[in-house]
Amino acid sequence: MPTNTRPLAVSAQGLSKSFSDTAAVSGVDLEIGTGAVFGLLGPDGAGKSTLIRMLATVLPPDVGTALVFGKSITDQRDEITGRIGYMSQKFSMYPDLSVSENLEFFATVRGVSRADRKERSQRLLTSMGLAEFAERQAQFLSGGMKQKLMLATTLMHDPDLLLLDEPTTGVDPVSRREFWRILAGLHQEGRTVLVATPYMDEAERCTDIAFLDNGRITQSGTPTQIKAQVPGRLVEVISAEPRRAAAILAPLPGVVSAHLLGDVVRVLWTGDSDPEAALRAALQRGGLAEAEVAEAGIDMETVFAYLAEKSSAASELVSP
Amino acid sequence: MAEPEFAIKVTGLTKTFGDFTAVDGIDIAVPRGQIFGFLGPNGSGKTTTIRMLTGTLRPQGGQAEVLGTDVVHHADQVQQRIGYMSQKFALFEDMTVDENLRFYAGIYQVPAEEFAQRREYVLRMADLVGREDELTRNLSVGWRQRLALGAATIHEPELLFLDEPTSGVDPVARRQFWDLLYELAGRGVTLFVTTHYMDEAAHCNQLAFIYRGRIIAEGSPSQLRHSQLDQRIFDIAVTDADAALDQLSGTSGIDDAYLSGASLHVVTPREESLTADDLRRRLIAAGFAAPTVREVDPTIEDVFVNLVTRHR
Repeated sequence: MPTNTRPLAVSAQGLSKSFSDTAAVSGVDLEIGTGAVFGLLGPDGAGKSTLIRMLATVLPPDVGTALVFGKSITDQRDEITGRIGYMSQKFSMYPDLSVSENLEFFATVRGVSRADRKERSQRLLTSMGLAEFAERQAQFLSGGMKQKLMLATTLMHDPDLLLLDEPTTGVDPVSRREFWRILAGLHQEGRTVLVATPYMDEAERCTDIAFLDNGRITQSGTPTQIKAQVPGRLVEVISAEPRRAAAILAPLPGVVSAHLLGDVVRVLWTGDSDPEAALRAALQRGGLAEAEVAEAGIDMETVFAYLAEKSSAASELVSP
Repeated sequence: MAEPEFAIKVTGLTKTFGDFTAVDGIDIAVPRGQIFGFLGPNGSGKTTTIRMLTGTLRPQGGQAEVLGTDVVHHADQVQQRIGYMSQKFALFEDMTVDENLRFYAGIYQVPAEEFAQRREYVLRMADLVGREDELTRNLSVGWRQRLALGAATIHEPELLFLDEPTSGVDPVARRQFWDLLYELAGRGVTLFVTTHYMDEAAHCNQLAFIYRGRIIAEGSPSQLRHSQLDQRIFDIAVTDADAALDQLSGTSGIDDAYLSGASLHVVTPREESLTADDLRRRLIAAGFAAPTVREVDPTIEDVFVNLVTRHR
């Protein structure tokens, strides 16, 4: 029955997949609203690719169901594939075809009309900064350009949902920034994007995120909701002797953690008083009066490290 | 005055392949006990440099002293004293933890009487005590990573090369791993980390940026963040950051605009007189409600992007 809520691009219940005796994805429930930029975060081997391949209808689940735009990924595959664009982690282009020939080829396979092929290919090449490389063979593109070409081929049939499996892994920061700018454009066009990434900083560019670990979703929500689970404030201390500074600060009441990050000590503070004054006083007592102390915004890496440590501490408490 | 003790001292190091210059006369000096980050995009010359420093590739020109020895002519004297760990963790998946350690001890010729003690140290460090007989493929990524570090240090090297060591691991494992690296550095081991991941770069004491075979900037992370950039960065919190990005991109006085986390970052030339107030007014004039604009410190990534763009 149609409802009045925001239509869902993806809705999955209890999705599971094992390979021989390894459970890659275990009982995943997932809802992705139309128009979301949904970040699927997690380390290597967490199950991100397996989950994406199931949603892309190329891998059937062992247990569970999922609907993409209301159609079943197992029983109505044909009604889904035309509306999704799936970009795998591997470079899946013809290396000896040119950029524009690759676009032409993949669009033809997808049944895109000649007029649409021409118009979209030109528009995509221009918007992705690939126009001047249109005649270059795909094998001679840089890593960042290859990623953009792959994204362009997944867009040629004008899909409503993009499933992107670690599109920015191994890509340098300049290209990574550019890639996210393109994703922002797709978001503005109203497309739904599911993007898997191992990078915590990319989480904040998403409208919603889920953290996958060992095949299970351990956290999900908007970046703001997830950040709000961390109590306290993050303070950065810059000192000529960061290791000593960390040792001085770690045992202080109010300090949840004090971690070294290069020449900076990052302190998570839950005390009632002003953290800057308290830390400065402690550093002075410890003989590090020169240290600089400044509050910093809490970043996603800190959030996930905190939540993961908390949940493992909790499981140690309850287990015998 | 005695020269400080360098683990690596390189002058004018050059390597060409045909008419392509991969490494173009670089100088590097890494004091002992330092965590040195060697940063650059793919294809900038990082791997070629490591291969010359480990004595597996001969340079065309320049000198390279590693642990006080000329590595170009006497690589064999250095190779037992250095370790190497890549992001691919060169472990045998179908061997147990113990067998992997034995294998690497053999490669590095660890004397039998020292092996037991080294093995125990590595197992404790990697938190693998009790898992000696487990197959490596059954370990989590974080564990495998610590085992790989153990294997690369089974012969107690004085200098360890790490190639993107924490890419693809979760934040907790990454933290634990860096704690181990800080401990190694605290004991005097020098760490040479090559990466293009900014979160790994931030963990190093000292950084050098390589681009197109040349070193284009160096310093500590804080120094680089505060002195290298000839631009200012504003952080803009606004309800529709995507639309604000379109609004401000390419307008006068703005070098670059990009989404950073949930907010928008705008980059202006340092000499440009645009203020946070000016940017706020521009957005309000374009119909954006209550934007918050403040100048922020650049990140290592900002510096990297700026340097690469400038040298293109």
